[in-house]
Amino acid sequence: MNMAFDIAVSILLVIGGLLGLIGSFGLVKLPDLMTRLHAPTKTTTLGVGSVLIASMLWFAVREGEVSFHELLISIFLFVTAPLTANFIAKAHLHREGHKEDLPEVGDGTVWAGQLAPEDEEIDEPHFLPEKGVGDAL
Amino acid sequence: MILTRLFPHPLLTLLLTACWMMLQNSWSPGAILFGLILGILVPFLTQRYWPDRPRLHHPLKIAEYILVVLYDIVMANWTVAKIVATMPNDKLQPAWISIPLDLRSPEAITVLAGSITLTPGTLTAELSSDAHALLVHCLHAPDPDAVRDEIKSRYERRLMEIFA
Repeated sequence: MNMAFDIAVSILLVIGGLLGLIGSFGLVKLPDLMTRLHAPTKTTTLGVGSVLIASMLWFAVREGEVSFHELLISIFLFVTAPLTANFIAKAHLHREGHKEDLPEVGDGTVWAGQLAPEDEEIDEPHFLPEKGVGDAL
Repeated sequence: MILTRLFPHPLLTLLLTACWMMLQNSWSPGAILFGLILGILVPFLTQRYWPDRPRLHHPLKIAEYILVVLYDIVMANWTVAKIVATMPNDKLQPAWISIPLDLRSPEAITVLAGSITLTPGTLTAELSSDAHALLVHCLHAPDPDAVRDEIKSRYERRLMEIFA
């Protein structure tokens, strides 16, 4: 039983390490920024995930206490990783343009980053606060 | 009325309290009390920035959606790892695809964009100027239309039901 448990934890750790290695390797190997973005933001989610599962298992069985910190780490990671990737991609599009590579939006409008500053209509976005919402303060 | 002023986001209150409990890793009354204080104060102080309450339906559907995304993350991770480790760069077929959106609520679009980025092999790069389409980059997509249809049928359909 103990042996099987150790093997399970070790396998998870090795998988995590391998995925981290492949992610870093992709960062070196892939040809341009957009493809490179895929390697670290992706393989690391599962890589870090399996290390965290291993840690949870270990402390649950060895120390006899369930630790929720790993769960929190993965939640925060899953919430923030897409934002980082999105902002790197946006900055890249802004600098490089890629105008001819990008597909059409399809309904006659353009991608948000392609709006020229002068034809940007500043409509009141409906999710911004109306005046008086926070007047309770 | 006064209740919605004091507790503008009951779900956020629960979430913050749960986060605090996990951070403390204890179920002592003190931790619960302080978690509740934080959970009530933070939504109250930030309600100016969250005027709309996202309307969530079908808690079971939310659990199903999380499981589907987690399963896809695990599966697609192997595909991407294989592509990165074994496929020569000149065989790679990266593609930009445009995904027309039927979702309208900002929260739902955020969740969809996040799920697309978390699923290996696809990455949300941009939103169209009127928020009716997402620009997605694929690491290796010989058939971009299939990727678009899969995202629409697997994720967007479920989100439509949750945020209906």
